[in-house]
Amino acid sequence: MNFPILSSLILLPTIGALFIFFVRSSNSQYQSSKYVALFITLANFFLSLYLWIIFDKSIVDFQFVEEREWISGFVNYKVGVDGISILFILLTTFITPICVITVNATIKNRLKDFLIAILILETFMIGVFCSLDLVVFYLFFEAGLIPMFLIIGIWGGERRVYSAFKFFLYTLLGSVLMLVAIISIYWITGTTDVIKLYELGIDAKYQNLLWLAFFSSFAVKTPMWPVHTWLPDAHVEAPTAGSVLLAAILLKMAGYGFIRFSLGLFPDASLYFVPLVYTLSLIAIIYTSLVALMQEDMKKLIAYSSVAHMGFVTLGIFTMTQQGIEGSIFQMISHGLVSAALFLCVGVVYDRLHTRLINRYGGLVSIMPKYAIVFMVFTLGALGLPGTSGFIGEFLVLMGAFKKNILVATIASLGVILGAAYMLWLYKRIIFGKLINEDVKKMVDLKRFEIVTLWLLVLPIIFFGFYPEPLINSIEVSVANMIDMNDLDKINKLALGD
Amino acid sequence: MENLQLIIPELFISIMIMFLLIFGVFKKNSSQLVYNLTTVSLVAALALIINLDAQIQSSLFNNSYNIDSLARFMKILLILSGIFVMLSSSKYIQISKISKIEYPILILCSILGMMVMISSNDLIVFYMGLELQSLALYVLASFNRDNLLSTESGLKYFVLSALSSGLLLYGCSLIYGFSETTNFNQIMVNTKEIEYGLTFGIVFILVGLAFKISAVPFHMWAPDVYQGSPTSVTVFFALLPKIAAFTVFIRFLYIPFYELGNQWQMIIIFLSIASMVFGAVAAIGQKNLKRLIAYSSISHMGYALAGLSTGTTQGVQSSITYITIYLVMNLAFFSCLFMLKRNDEYYENIDDLSGLSKNHPLLSLSLLVVLFSLAGIPPLAGFFAKFYIFVAVINEKMYFLAIVGLLATVIAAFYYLRIIKIIYFDPEREKFESKHNLGLKLTLVASTFFILAYFIYPSGIVDIISQININ
Repeated sequence: MNFPILSSLILLPTIGALFIFFVRSSNSQYQSSKYVALFITLANFFLSLYLWIIFDKSIVDFQFVEEREWISGFVNYKVGVDGISILFILLTTFITPICVITVNATIKNRLKDFLIAILILETFMIGVFCSLDLVVFYLFFEAGLIPMFLIIGIWGGERRVYSAFKFFLYTLLGSVLMLVAIISIYWITGTTDVIKLYELGIDAKYQNLLWLAFFSSFAVKTPMWPVHTWLPDAHVEAPTAGSVLLAAILLKMAGYGFIRFSLGLFPDASLYFVPLVYTLSLIAIIYTSLVALMQEDMKKLIAYSSVAHMGFVTLGIFTMTQQGIEGSIFQMISHGLVSAALFLCVGVVYDRLHTRLINRYGGLVSIMPKYAIVFMVFTLGALGLPGTSGFIGEFLVLMGAFKKNILVATIASLGVILGAAYMLWLYKRIIFGKLINEDVKKMVDLKRFEIVTLWLLVLPIIFFGFYPEPLINSIEVSVANMIDMNDLDKINKLALGD
Repeated sequence: MENLQLIIPELFISIMIMFLLIFGVFKKNSSQLVYNLTTVSLVAALALIINLDAQIQSSLFNNSYNIDSLARFMKILLILSGIFVMLSSSKYIQISKISKIEYPILILCSILGMMVMISSNDLIVFYMGLELQSLALYVLASFNRDNLLSTESGLKYFVLSALSSGLLLYGCSLIYGFSETTNFNQIMVNTKEIEYGLTFGIVFILVGLAFKISAVPFHMWAPDVYQGSPTSVTVFFALLPKIAAFTVFIRFLYIPFYELGNQWQMIIIFLSIASMVFGAVAAIGQKNLKRLIAYSSISHMGYALAGLSTGTTQGVQSSITYITIYLVMNLAFFSCLFMLKRNDEYYENIDDLSGLSKNHPLLSLSLLVVLFSLAGIPPLAGFFAKFYIFVAVINEKMYFLAIVGLLATVIAAFYYLRIIKIIYFDPEREKFESKHNLGLKLTLVASTFFILAYFIYPSGIVDIISQININ
């Protein structure tokens, strides 16, 4: 394998962005730049699909590793994938073309700039998931702020400036400590290469502080309670495609970071801080679910539900069991699909009525039956009904949690009920009920491109709900290896006093 | 005297100054010609310096004038910045009616003074160079003499600078008194013991130098002078004196007083933290772009000083890298400022940028890149500049400095974001002129490209800088 497939994945969207940038545009060429973007993102998707197919799922090592000297004698540009990261790359390349398709309806001005921003963002997102060097990771992780800031700020709603600033500054503040930690790791161990660090390990006396520094960054990005407040604002004000990318992929960077770095590099500290993460996760699950119940804005409700779902993810990761971690990864992928779909659904009605207030709708089932069907699937996926991908994730996480701490698991299970409550209530208020408002009656059902995008999301949600094997298969070996390598099991047993 | 060839660049510039003065007086209406000749002579001087051996290490005039790799690198940086400043501001000085023959000649004088500073290995030579550059700068700051702000800034700079020069000279005399010599190497030999007088001397000299690079708490002049001076002079202020003063900083701390690191380290750390934090906080409320960039440069100097405060070769190298990248970023920023022109009038308020991205997408994109880079967001050059600094700082276990510095970047990010917000999110205003002269465009494109593409090959500059011999 000499073809640098990962670097191509990273670079392809940027090349597309440059192409769109340099081609002179008049109004008529707006469409063509859209097709260029669609073509590039689809090419990227098929490339990553090909990567997944030729990826050997039985090997624990990182595959397709590329290494080049970058900052001489200090940092090497190093990328590679294992069973975990490849799924996130697939998710990214799957969601991005869907976002490109939706721009038609949602983006009215400066379409070209928007496409460039999305493509650049895709580069950074893929970079995050396959970088195998801490500095390279940080670079991609932070760089993603720039396009997202612009997406929220330029194409957002009324309070876009406030939301964009909040998003940017919160995330930046969280991340700077991570930079200190990364540089410290370099001076402690002499390398920032993740694979080497896995082998070397980091002295236990440094781990706690380093863990906290990484945690500050990931907790903001996840987002965990109490630093989640930027998320509802960012979601509400962002354009549909921005919300989709934010919910589906940007939030997953943190969960991925927890698994790859917090667990992988600082196993002792991770164990030490388990109670902290449990507490914050439970608060996130219960508290934000309750908050979600009270929302009157559809996007805000889904945003809070994202916080709750990410609570399951962090809970699962820090159970440090095979099921828990696998469940978290599954939950992240599933939430990536479901939340993306829900934001698209909100976008569909928002484009027609230009409001996100729940009580302005009602009775949509009689005028938009096609919409009602897909929305039903996503609602069920979000609340984790068996047969949808949401169920597998939550179930595995809870299974892992029951293994470790019954109290925590019981409380978390309550969150599932609350989740069902707010999602079904949302569905009831929008789709059922009486058709009162005149302007709602004039709404038209799904257009063709909306049907395509939404059904593209319905299929994997149901498919992986019934047949999770392909995903589980892919992550199984890597997760087992991570648990083995860091003796998480042994640590667990010691902690349990066996 | 066979070593005289080593100072050919300085001699060449001196001769050009005299020639151009005479030439300008005798030939009527020659201001533009003199300006162009100045640029050409800077290019020639650059060629002469590059011609020197990269690993050169020799001293002249009884060991009071050093020609070494540090001096060579800094002079290249200095003259390159000078050339770009001349290229980018030629149109500005015509339109602002300050196109007189004295203007380029004063710039040459000041550059000559800076070159002397950079090479000085002796307190007297250093002071001589400092005064030569300062005197030219006083006049330049108030060059637009019909403008109240410009006159004020010149006067302000003169008074405060004279005060700081006085302090600096007092420091020099104290050091001479306690070490019986003015030569840097000799001072190192003679000052093995710490004496109070010596410490005072160091403090006074550091105050004088901190004034020149506008580090907090000696920054008061910077915002007023930046705002009041003609923009073409402001860009000069923002770039060139910083290079010279910084080189002296390095020489002064790392040659005569290297052994007394514990005496000056706390001072530098204080200057650094104060500059980083103050620069970031004070810039938030600014409405004038030049004033804002003054505060921003204060905080940038704080980061550069953080590298120096480590007392290691790595720290110095990271500071030099920082200064280099800082120069490029500021050059790009000011090039953008020069483009905000409408009907022969230049605009410099932040509000004037409102909605710039709709009418001038390319200019706004450059500004976006420059501002994110100034804020230190990866993958732009500004991030790497800060990264090297923090690598050096954390290596010395100075975590407090590193964390304060990084938190200051978050505060600073706010006001850079505010400009971006105004450019990209706010409603558009009247168009600016879109025709600009070639030199200005060249400067902007080159500097923006440097910032954008730096991450592709970050080792390039670091490798060159790591060749520099400090001690």
